[in-house]
Amino acid sequence: MRLLRKLLPLAGIAILLLGWDLAVRSSSSMILPGPGKVFLALVELARKGLLVRHVVASLFRVTWGFLGAVVFAIPLGIILGWNRRLGLSVSPFLEILRPISPLAWIPIAILWFGVGDPSAIFIIFLGSLLPMTVASMNAIRSVPQIHVNAGKNFGLSDLELLRRVVLPSILPQLFVALRLTLGVAWLVVVAAEMIAVRSGLGFLIVDSRNAGDRYDLVIAGMVLIGLIGIALDAGIRKVEVR
Amino acid sequence: MSAPPSPGNRKLHVSDLDVTFGANASRVEVLRKINLEVGEGEFVCILGPSGCGKSTLLNVIGGFLPASGGAVTIDGERVTGPDPRRIFVFQERGVFPWLTVEGNIGFGLSKLDPAEKKKRIDHYVKLVGLVGFEHSYPSELSGGMKQRVEVARALAVNPDILYLDEPFGALDSITRLIMRSELLRIWRAEKKTILFVTHDIEESVQLADRVVVMSSRPARIQTIVEIDIPHPRDLSSPRYLELRDGIFGEIGLAHKI
Repeated sequence: MRLLRKLLPLAGIAILLLGWDLAVRSSSSMILPGPGKVFLALVELARKGLLVRHVVASLFRVTWGFLGAVVFAIPLGIILGWNRRLGLSVSPFLEILRPISPLAWIPIAILWFGVGDPSAIFIIFLGSLLPMTVASMNAIRSVPQIHVNAGKNFGLSDLELLRRVVLPSILPQLFVALRLTLGVAWLVVVAAEMIAVRSGLGFLIVDSRNAGDRYDLVIAGMVLIGLIGIALDAGIRKVEVR
Repeated sequence: MSAPPSPGNRKLHVSDLDVTFGANASRVEVLRKINLEVGEGEFVCILGPSGCGKSTLLNVIGGFLPASGGAVTIDGERVTGPDPRRIFVFQERGVFPWLTVEGNIGFGLSKLDPAEKKKRIDHYVKLVGLVGFEHSYPSELSGGMKQRVEVARALAVNPDILYLDEPFGALDSITRLIMRSELLRIWRAEKKTILFVTHDIEESVQLADRVVVMSSRPARIQTIVEIDIPHPRDLSSPRYLELRDGIFGEIGLAHKI
């Protein structure tokens, strides 16, 4: 059973690649590449050193945008969740901002920071800030009153209560939120790079299309995005288990 | 053992306590003019139907809810908030899931030096019969074991009074019986004053020195029944049945189904 569990996903991938290959061959498309061509494109990117360059550029932006957002969002969410009145007065503001795609901020980001890393990082920061803040706020509100009361009963001060009851209580929810938010950040970086910068995997995709319809490179970029997304998720899960 | 409190050892005094929730149209009067005295070392059960306000009474006595009128005094000192000298035991949901049995029991002992803390934890782990489970997390324990952890956590800070709010309500009936005799054993060993809220008539007659019977909303004290049966109590003795049926009658239930 264990072996099967490892083999089945591989079989799934093999069938997918085979189907893709067959579809491209049978349609005799001149534009869409099959898996072989995409693999060659990946090799080409690696040989030119572009693969590492673009991946590093994207990861660099996600790291700073995401970490910056987390550093702000967790304390902010905790304060808003803890202080009912403050939470109630700030909530409408958050609710209005939430449905606005972070990508809608691109023009403003470029206006403020110009074309380059700061713009992309700013967009990722915004895209991560809201979900993380709202998740932290909701986590605080779902701390069982019984646990808070028990903490107070043992004579804890507000600060001790936060450290010894509230934070441990919300930790599992915070980790789920971190995972989801990192996923969002990774989605946003690709889109931001298509417009706001001239490097990274998003740029690679747009540039490959613009510079002579290199769809093999476009799909190579997409494959890389998918693989790195999985790796990021697995990474944050490892931290969570600890 | 079950003598009514004489003025000399009066521990807790509830005088003319009113509690009202909400305001204006949505005003709900929960407790009206509650007067109660509890003696040092006494085991008092507060008995009433679900939703009658007995939990509210215990929460006000514990300092978690403000009174609308009247006062609660303990050792002559007015209660204004929760206090580690009086620990509230919730249903087993009150244990902290992120701490081990040891961590939970030692929760209120952070000011002690490590050796003393270890000694206390060991003592209470033994008292509630959880030896071997010191490093287990609550998710690995049964409901009854979690309840023991909560009782041990409360006892570890050496409080004068324990408040128990339907502590065994979520347990199966066999575990509940075992927990009752455990609680009585602990009560005798540790000599605490206990206020125990329950909706279970049998439970109250098995445990208490006195049973405070509450009426429905707004809750008032309908009567106080003294249970003059020595421990261990024979649950089929005529006196037990007489007292139990008396309370059934008091609440307006015939003991027939």
